[in-house]
Parts: sequence; C-alpha cells; structure tokens
Amino acid sequence: MAGDRLDELSMAMRVAREFREGMYVNLGVGIPTLASSFVPPGMEVILHSENGMLGFGPLVEDAAHADIFLINASVQPVSPRPGMCFFAHEESFAMIRGGRIDITVLGALEVAENGDLANYQLPGKVCGSFGGGQDLAFCARKVIAVMTHRTKDDRPKIVQRVTLPLTAPRAVDRVVTDIAVIDVTPAGLLLREYVPGWTPEEIQALTAAPLRIADDLQPMTLA
Amino acid sequence: MAINKVVGSFDEAVADIADGAMLHIGGFGGPGECPSYLIAAVARRKPRGLTVTGNLGGWGVAMIAALRERLAAMLPFPDDFYDLGLLVEQGCVRKGILAFPAAPGNAEFPFELLLREGKAELELLGQGSLAERIRAARAGIAAFYTPVGVGTVAAEGKEIREFGGVPHVLEHALRADFSLIRAYKADRWGNLIYHGTGRTMNATMAGAARVTLAEVDEVVDLGELDPECVVTPGIYVERVVVRPKQPKRWDERS
Repeated sequence: MAGDRLDELSMAMRVAREFREGMYVNLGVGIPTLASSFVPPGMEVILHSENGMLGFGPLVEDAAHADIFLINASVQPVSPRPGMCFFAHEESFAMIRGGRIDITVLGALEVAENGDLANYQLPGKVCGSFGGGQDLAFCARKVIAVMTHRTKDDRPKIVQRVTLPLTAPRAVDRVVTDIAVIDVTPAGLLLREYVPGWTPEEIQALTAAPLRIADDLQPMTLA
Repeated sequence: MAINKVVGSFDEAVADIADGAMLHIGGFGGPGECPSYLIAAVARRKPRGLTVTGNLGGWGVAMIAALRERLAAMLPFPDDFYDLGLLVEQGCVRKGILAFPAAPGNAEFPFELLLREGKAELELLGQGSLAERIRAARAGIAAFYTPVGVGTVAAEGKEIREFGGVPHVLEHALRADFSLIRAYKADRWGNLIYHGTGRTMNATMAGAARVTLAEVDEVVDLGELDPECVVTPGIYVERVVVRPKQPKRWDERS
C-alpha cells in the first residue's frame, strides 16, 4: 500500500528547491515560512515580508535575540542581514501589485483544477482573513500552494471546484503536498513528482480532480 | 510663536475623538509597532459607534496576556501592549474595515464575537487594497482601480471595469477623522522616523485623516532628525505624544 507522507519540514525543503539565485520571494504563514531555513548556502534569495521588509535573515529561535521591531508577517522574530531595508505598507504592496515578487508560497485549504485558491476562511468561522495573501495570489509571478494532500478528516483538498470562499481565481501555478507535486496547466492538473513509495494511481485516488501524468514524472527529492 | 505639535498627555491628545468617528489604527499585529497608549486613551474615553480600519481585528487584553505567556521563549511581549481588541472589548467599535479580522486557527478575536452577535459590521479587504485606499486618502485621490479582489467577496457590490481585457474593481479612498500611529522619534514639527518593522501601516496612515496622532518613544530637537532620513514629513502630523518611560496599565491615566 501507499508510502509515507512528508512531514512539514520535508515539505518546506521541497518548496525551497523552487528558489533560484536573485529571486524575490514572499513566504506565507506556516510551512512556507519554514522554507526560508532551507535556502542553499551561498545562494542569494531576497525574502519579502508584507509588513514592510526586504532582505532579512533567518528566523530567531530564542527570546534573548528576538527584537519586536524585527518581525515577519507571521509575527515571528527574524535576524537582521546586511542589505535589508524597511518600508511602509503601501510601498510593500506596490512591490507585490507591481509584479516584483518572483515566487510566493502560500498555505491552502483547497486548490481547484483551474488554479482557484481558497485559503482565507476556515469552515465554521464567522469571517476569514485575507491578510496579504490575496494580493500575493493575484500578483506574484509564480504562486505555489503548499498543503497536506487531504484534510485532517481525510477529505480532498485538490478539487474540481473550490467549496470554501475564494481567495483568488486561477491563481495557483504549482501545488506541493505531502505526497506529490502537481502543476496547474491550461489542460488541467499535471502530476510532476511523487513521494517515493506512492504510485500515480494512489495519488489520483486521493485527488478529487483528474490528473494527467507528466512525461518526465519523477520521484520527489528534497535537496 | 514657535510651532509645537507635542501634546502633554494621551488623554488630552484624544479628547476630541467623538462617538461615530472613523479611526485608522496603525501597527500590523505584532507587540512592538502598535499605538498602544493612544488606543488605551481612547478606550478610557469610551466613544461609541467607531468605524476602525487596520490590519488586525485585535487580540484584546486577555488574549494578549495568554500570548505573552505562551510566546515568552520566542518573542517578548511588552507589558504595555494593547491593541484594537481593547476598543472592541470596551464596546467602542461598530464597524471594522480590516484585512485580518479572524484570528488564526481556532482562536477568536473579540471582533469575531461581536460579528457573531450581529453587533458589528465588517468590510473585509486584502492588505494591499486597504493600504492603497488609505494612501489614496493622504494623496487626495478619490478612488482607483485594481485587479486584486475581483471575483471574491472583496469586490462584492463594487464597480468593475476592464483595462486591457482584465477586470478591475473600483476602490474608494478611506479618509478617517483620526489616524492613530506609532513612531520612534519625532521633533516638534511632527517629522517622524520609525524603527525596523514598526514603519508598516503607521507610515501609511500618517496624513490619511483630518488629525494624525503620533505616539513616539522620544521627541528630539529640531535638526536632530537627519533630513535625508525623515520618513513621515511633519506636514502629515498634527499631534505628537511621548510614551511613558515606565509601562502603565491601559486603565491608568497617561
């Protein structure tokens, strides 16, 4: 039967493989932010945080080195780095809306086969929070959704049509899950990578939209 | 007569914030960059029926205390961190124009509770449109078009127009009666600089209201702020108030 599922750190490692030298990258709350720890040594990737900061360093792990005036958009302390800069909120979103962000990585609740993204309102909540995610989903050059393949109660998150409130239509380019990497293409979903131990048939069975299989389908590698 | 925008107390600075006023509330969501003493002074004054704009719906007093304990090993929360949640808890807020009104996970902001009881109204926006609508007010721009939000709840009931084949939504400027912001240093002309990620919505909201109130750590002599580095020119700022050296509870006069 099917193989193991990736844990959050492993998913973050896979996400980090998307980064290239010189990219401007914005990472959402949760697993996406963890990916900042896996930028290959020596590669210069400039992180953007929508609360008004570019070029900051790794997360700070202990309160003694934490600065409440040096936080990312998840309100986690980060470290300073030569070359970093600060700016106001409207400037931060001029960068996003002006198309300067090469990649954004966002958590997701549902992704549809046409790239529709639902990630701002949990079922049962009286309202949801767009935060900066809607702007990023609409405007970043490449939008990567990272999430477990199924919900905690084992329902599909990759679907034909989203059932939860829409964050952004036709926004997602690639989905990284704990068992697969799937691209959104004009011809539908394309399975590109599988976690070793899983077959395309097993992945399809857990996906509520049809998958085509890439000609160069590969096992997922993390580094 | 020399210009002096420095006001002696927070209570004095907010004394003309009346029932039904619209307030821009600075900060982002962290414990550092929030205009805590201005918020506390408004909470003591207890105006009713406020419309507030800002990023976060606000944690409120009890949840901030819980977070302070839970995050002690990661991010030290100052004792005098009070946010928009305090104004909600004190019954001052009727409407929120917010980007982050719902707390993460299973937590619930005081504002969510109010919504559920039907006692408040929400206009949900992404941070980009929120910030740009506020900036537009500062710049005297009535409205602008953006593709962001089209096809979602953020564009419901708003005018849609195509540019280059792409649908855009018309977003109107948000001019408030008062902007409550937090900065680092000021001079008596109201020039401001910020500290680190403390710039955020604070610098955005400066000048986007009839009256901008800046809560600062320190007022320095004219000329001490490097003119190359002033972030908010004093023309956008009406009142400056200095934070107390020792933390105060929100219900203490300041």
